[in-house]
Amino acid sequence: MQEEMLSVENLTMKFGSLVANDQVSFSIRRGEIVALIGPNGAGKTTLFNCITGFYRPTSGRVIFDGKDITGLRPYKVCRLGLTRTFQIVKPLKEMTVEENIMTGAFLRTGSRSKAREIALKVMDFTHLADKGQMKAGSLTIADKKRLEIARVLATGPKLLMLDEAMAGLNQTEIREAMDLCLRLRESGITLLVVEHIMEAIMPISDRVIVLDAGKKIADDVPAKVVCDERVITAYLGEKYHAKSKKP
Amino acid sequence: MYVVIGVLPFIIQNTNFHHVMVIFLIFAAVGEAWNIITGFAGQTSFGHAAFFGIGAYTSSVLFWKFKINPWAGMLAGAVLATVTAAIVSYPAFRLKGHYFAIATLAVAEIIQQLVVSWDYVEGATGISIPVVADGFLNLQFHKSKIPYFIIAYVLFGVVLLISYLVENSKLGYYLKAIRESSDAAEAMGIDHALYKLIAMMISAFLTAIFGSLYAQYILYIDPFMVFSMNISMKIVLLVVLGGIGTIMGPVIGAAILIPLSEYTRILFGGTGKGIDLIIFGMLVVLVACYQPHGIVGMLRRMSLLKVSATKGGGATHAGRNAVS
Amino acid sequence: MLAQVIASGILMGFIYALVAIGLTLTWGVMDIINFAHGEFLMLSMYSAFWMYTLFRTDPLLSLPLEALLIFVLGYVTYKIVIKRVADAPGLTALLATFGLSLVLRNLAQFLWTPNYRFLNQTLVTDKKLAFAGIVLGLPQVVASVGSVIMTLAVFYFVQRTRMGRAIQATALDKATAKLMGINTELVYGVTFGLSGACVGVAGALMSTFYPIHPESGALYSLLAFVIVALGGFGNIKGALQGGIIIGLAEALGGYFLGTQFKYAIVFLIYLLVIQLRPQGLFGW
Repeated sequence: MQEEMLSVENLTMKFGSLVANDQVSFSIRRGEIVALIGPNGAGKTTLFNCITGFYRPTSGRVIFDGKDITGLRPYKVCRLGLTRTFQIVKPLKEMTVEENIMTGAFLRTGSRSKAREIALKVMDFTHLADKGQMKAGSLTIADKKRLEIARVLATGPKLLMLDEAMAGLNQTEIREAMDLCLRLRESGITLLVVEHIMEAIMPISDRVIVLDAGKKIADDVPAKVVCDERVITAYLGEKYHAKSKKP
Repeated sequence: MYVVIGVLPFIIQNTNFHHVMVIFLIFAAVGEAWNIITGFAGQTSFGHAAFFGIGAYTSSVLFWKFKINPWAGMLAGAVLATVTAAIVSYPAFRLKGHYFAIATLAVAEIIQQLVVSWDYVEGATGISIPVVADGFLNLQFHKSKIPYFIIAYVLFGVVLLISYLVENSKLGYYLKAIRESSDAAEAMGIDHALYKLIAMMISAFLTAIFGSLYAQYILYIDPFMVFSMNISMKIVLLVVLGGIGTIMGPVIGAAILIPLSEYTRILFGGTGKGIDLIIFGMLVVLVACYQPHGIVGMLRRMSLLKVSATKGGGATHAGRNAVS
Repeated sequence: MLAQVIASGILMGFIYALVAIGLTLTWGVMDIINFAHGEFLMLSMYSAFWMYTLFRTDPLLSLPLEALLIFVLGYVTYKIVIKRVADAPGLTALLATFGLSLVLRNLAQFLWTPNYRFLNQTLVTDKKLAFAGIVLGLPQVVASVGSVIMTLAVFYFVQRTRMGRAIQATALDKATAKLMGINTELVYGVTFGLSGACVGVAGALMSTFYPIHPESGALYSLLAFVIVALGGFGNIKGALQGGIIIGLAEALGGYFLGTQFKYAIVFLIYLLVIQLRPQGLFGW
C-alpha cells in the first residue's frame, strides 16, 4: 500500500577481515519512522555510512526513491533527498546557528534572503529560534543535537537518518526530541533512527530493525521485537536469557 | 577605512610614503586573495608565491619578448595561474591538513627551481622590464608613484568587493562549512572538492594580478623575489596577524607588516632587513599563543565587552551586536 | 663514478634521517610540526662554529654541548610557546613554530650577518677515505656514522627506557597516560628536548663540512618533513629509510639532471608519495 522509499539489498561492508555489515537487507516505506537498534559494535553507524555514501559498501545495493545510489558520493545522495546526522555532532563551530542552517538551505536556493527565510522556518520548527545568533560551538549538547537535525532539515530531505540524536540528553530533552521526530514525520519526512534509548524510541517507531554483530536479526513492530528471543539474547547475553526461560 | 587609505597619499606628499602605500595595497590585496582559500575554505596554502610569480613573469615575459601590452599580460598571467591552481590543487585537496600545506609549498618550490634554471626567461638573473614612455596603457610611470597608487587602490577595491561578495554568498557559506567540517558539509549536499577548487582558482587569479602589478611597479623581477617562500610566508603571516577568515584581517596585517619592513629597509639599508621579520615573527608567535583570531579577534572581543558593559544586558545580546 | 654518487647519497641520507627523526618525534607524540626545526639545526651549527672560533674546541668535541644546548632550547620552546598552542585548532601551532623560525633565522642574521662561514681546520677537514675506488670525504663519513649512532641511541631511549615508554604511551593516548600517572607535561617537554638534541648532534657534525649561515637550516625543515611523510609520522625506522631514499634521490637527481634540480626531485617524490601512499611508504 505504501511505496518503498529506501531499500537496502544484501549490503556487506568489510574492513580487512572484519565484517561490519553482513548481507543486510531491509526496506523503509514512505512516511514511516523506523528504528535501527543493536548492541554497541553491531554495525549501525557503518550501515549509516554505507547508505549515505560515506563508505562504499563491499557488496550489495542501496536503492533510494527508485534510484540505485550505491557508492554515490554523500553530497549527491543528499541532493536526491537522503541525508543524515552524525552521532558525534559536527557543528560548524565558528558560524552562528542561523548561518549553520542557512548553509543547508543553500541547497535549495542561491539567494541569501531565501536561505534565511528557510532557516528561520527551520529554527522555529526545531525550537532554535532564540539562539539564531549564537556561535554553534557555544551551544549546549542538546542544542547541538537539535542543530545537527536542523541543518540537514534545511536541505529539504525526503528521508532523514538520525544517528543517536538523543544520546546524552536528559528526560525533558528526550521528550522534546521524540516530539520533534513525530512532527518531522507529520511534515512528510521519513525517518530512520539509530538509538540506544529504548523507552524513547519504542513508542514512536512503526518498525524496529535489530542488528547484531553485523547481521540483521529482527525486523518487526516494536511490540514483537521486544519479545523476540534472538533480540533478548543479543542484548542480555546467552546466560541471562537461559535463566529467564526457566519457569 | 577604504576612503582613508585613498586620501592618505595626497595628504602626505612623500615618495617613500607613496612607495610604502603601493606595496601595502599589493600585499593587502594578495592577503585577501589568500584568505579566500585559507581563511574561508580552511585549506592552508603555503605556496601562493607560485601564483604571484606566475603573474609577475607572464606579463613581464610577454612584454619583454613580444611587446604585448602589460594589461593583456596581466590577464594572461592570471589565467595561467588559475589553470595552474586547478591542475595542481585538485589532486592535492584529497590530502589532509599539514600534508596539503606542505604540498602547496613543495609545488611552489618546484616551480621556483624550474624558473631558476630556465634560460629563456634568464634564469636566476631575472628580467628587467624594458622602460617605455609614461602612460596608463603602458602601465609605467616614472615621474611619480601616485598613478601606481591609484591603480593599486582601484584593483584593491575590486578585491575587497570580491571578498565581500564571496563571504556573503552561497559560496562563502559553503566554504566556511567545508572549513568547519567536510563531513557535515557533504551531508548538506556540498561537493567540497568542487567548491575548494573554485576558491583556489579565484584566489590564484587575484594573486597573479597583483604579481603582475608588482613586476610593473618594480620593473625588475627574479625568481628569488617573486617565487620565494618568503613571499608565500609574508602573505600567510600578515593575514594571521590581522585576523584569518575576516575581510579586515589582511588589511590590518598588511598595514603593520609592510610599513614595518619597508621603513626598516629604508632606515637600515639592505643589511638591516632582518629586524622587521624578527619583530613580525614575535608578533605571530604572540598572536598564535594568545589570540588565534588575530587583531580583528582582539578588537571584536573588546567591542563585545564594551557593548555588554554599557547595555548591562545579556551576553547573547551583546554578542549579536558585535557579530553583526 | 655512479658508485661514488650513491655512496655519498647514502651518507647524506643518514644525516637527513637524524634530522627527520627529531621532527617525527614531536609530530608523532604530540601532532605538532616544528617549523623551527631547521633553525634549531642552524643554531647548533653556529654554536659549533663559535666554540671553535672562540675556544678552539673542535666540533666533534663540543658536540655534547650542542646536543645539550639544543635539548634545552627544545624544552624551553615547549614550555614557553608550544604548550600554549598544542591544543589549539588547525593552523595555530604550525604558525607559532613558523613565527619562531622567522625570529631565530633573522636574529642569527642580525647578530652574525648573512655571510657564509666555514670551519676549515677541524680534526677531519680535507681528509679523505678511499675504499674500493670510492673516495669519500672524512667529514661526511664521520657525520653519517655519528648520525647513525645518535639514531640508535634515540631508538634505544624510546624503546627501552622508562621515559621512552612514557613517551610512547603519551603518544597513543594522552588522557589515559595522564590517568596512569604519567607526567605528560614532562613527557612533552622531554620529547621536544630530544627532538632538539637530534638536530643538536646533526648540526655539530655538519658544521665540519657544510657552510654555516642563517639560512642553512631553512631547507632542512622541509626535507625532514618530506622524509617523515615518506616514513609515516612518528615512525623512527621509517624516518631512517625515508632519509636514505631522499639522500639517494638528491644525489642521483643532482648527478643525472644537474644540481639545480635536486630539491625539485625531492619535492616531486613527496607529491607522488602522498598521492599514492598517504600513510607513508612504510606505513601500516
